[in-house]
Amino acid sequence: MKTENQRAWFLVLPVLVLVAFNALIPMMTVVNYSVQETFGDNLFFWQGLDWYEQILTSERFHAALGRQFLFTGLILVIEVPLGIAIALSMPRQGFWVPVCLVLMALPMLIPWNVVGAMWNIFTLPDIGLLGYFLNHTLGINYDMTQDPLAAWITIVTMDVWHWTSLVVLLAYAGLVSIPDAYYQAAKIDGASNWAVFRFIQLPKMKTVLTIAILLRFMDSFNIYTEPFVLTGGGPGNSTTLLSIDLVKMALGQFDLGPAAAMSLIYFAITLGVSWLFYTLMTKDDLN
Amino acid sequence: MTLELRNVTKRVGANLHIKETSLTLETGHFNVLLGETGAGKTSLIKLMAGLDPLASGQILMDGEDVSKLSTQKRNISLVHQFFINYPHMTVFENIASPLKVAGMAKSEIQGRVEEAADILQLRPMLHRRPHELSGGQQQRTALARAIAKESRAVFLDEPLANLDYKLREELRDQLPELFAGRGAVVVYATSEPEEALLLGGKTALMYDGRVTQFGPTAEIYRKPANIIAAGVFSDPPINLGQITKQGSEAVLGDQARWHLSGDAAQLPDGPYTVAIRPNRVLPRRSESASVRLTGRVLVTELSGSESSAHFRFGDDNWVSLSSGVFPFRVGEEHEFFMEPSHCHYFGSDGNRVA
Repeated sequence: MKTENQRAWFLVLPVLVLVAFNALIPMMTVVNYSVQETFGDNLFFWQGLDWYEQILTSERFHAALGRQFLFTGLILVIEVPLGIAIALSMPRQGFWVPVCLVLMALPMLIPWNVVGAMWNIFTLPDIGLLGYFLNHTLGINYDMTQDPLAAWITIVTMDVWHWTSLVVLLAYAGLVSIPDAYYQAAKIDGASNWAVFRFIQLPKMKTVLTIAILLRFMDSFNIYTEPFVLTGGGPGNSTTLLSIDLVKMALGQFDLGPAAAMSLIYFAITLGVSWLFYTLMTKDDLN
Repeated sequence: MTLELRNVTKRVGANLHIKETSLTLETGHFNVLLGETGAGKTSLIKLMAGLDPLASGQILMDGEDVSKLSTQKRNISLVHQFFINYPHMTVFENIASPLKVAGMAKSEIQGRVEEAADILQLRPMLHRRPHELSGGQQQRTALARAIAKESRAVFLDEPLANLDYKLREELRDQLPELFAGRGAVVVYATSEPEEALLLGGKTALMYDGRVTQFGPTAEIYRKPANIIAAGVFSDPPINLGQITKQGSEAVLGDQARWHLSGDAAQLPDGPYTVAIRPNRVLPRRSESASVRLTGRVLVTELSGSESSAHFRFGDDNWVSLSSGVFPFRVGEEHEFFMEPSHCHYFGSDGNRVA
């Protein structure tokens, strides 16, 4: 005789409460703002989907979104192959393994705003080590506070410096989990180094690389602190990424309604791209 | 095709894992490497495959020095104790992988893979992944890869050790047939003396990183060259005792004495070591089993068709292995009878004298 009751739901209750307070309720507040206009004093006017329409058709949003995709695309294209290459060239055993691992992990241990400040000072043309060297020793005209290209090179380099390690460590973890026997089998098959990479190492790293790319996509797509400290979105608007633009709109202009609508669109894009990527990458495994 | 080792050694740190070894292995029969775990069978195979560097010496294939040649260029196959197949490839792709790497035409790959799959009864599984196969099927896939490749040398490193009993026997029966007429030198490593006898061919006995004896399997079994070889090629372990030759008689402690004949009778008087296989020490007297030994039974094991008894004899532990079921009583004195015509005699240096 099977007794049925709903008591199991009580076990889920703590999680529900937690998720409600740290995600659902704040998010519903944002949803609330995104469909209304407020002038403070708890006075709200219904706006429907006006803010969404305004954001989706605004050139300012398109430009920021474009910059965001450019930034994320650039750092992924650089960090993923570079991370794999570094992981491949790291030793698998011996004295140097812990040394390499610690050196790799160091940039990631530095707080984000410190990274921004470091690179700001490092690249300032007159007092920064790199900036001074480029401008006064090599005679290259480099000023990330004036020149949009220099600003872009600097934020991309900074992100590569800060986060390539994550790809390295994940790829390395994937590599060391490959038993020696596979390498031996490949050698015996007569496989070249490229074939070993293509048919053994890459498939074995697929799972960790999927995670690495997902993490780097989400992190870089939501990046705020480092470029804010480094360039503040300038010169002009040239490095105003989505999050910087969002903060400007919400806290600078105090346009809470449009900012809330933008947050939700921003969130939907991040979620959508992540979902699409993950689905495509894991499609083979399910079959 | 021949595979020749000339004075090869392998060094790991300060230790010699393979001590100076010379061997000439030929095609047409199995070359069995027989030794306990840690005797150096896998190390020797890795040297021959080029997976580990030689510390000294040369390896020749058909007279050509391949010592400096990378594994990729030696055109060899290796089947491990653990079923090594590429997990993300289907059985077909696994068998085809060395052919693909060699740049063979698609149609030829198809033909070769199907031929190998037919021999090993893998045809219905060609499109499965390794994790969807049983252990036996996975190992057959690895064997099919070795066959399809038509390499110059095939190394089988305890390929049956991880299979269950039935499958092991089945595959072992097929193995010699699989490689017959393929022109490859087949090297088969095992730790089971019985397997070496079943596979026939030639056997190299390995002990502590060196080959102690090499020759036709049956001959090595009949005439071990030294005490170590006699011990390696015996399961259960061979019985050893210290005898003194006095005139035409061998005296084993104050327990037993027997008349020496043949070569043994020609030896000068003095101390020798006698070795006799457990199946030549029987619990009943017979015409040939005439020398009585008395010992206290320590342990007995009965299998369906055989009885073995470990007994204390003088200062040594001896084993008797007889067919049929024999009711030993543990802890009691029992009489055993050995066949003196099957004794091996070794001098004080451990080498066979008769």
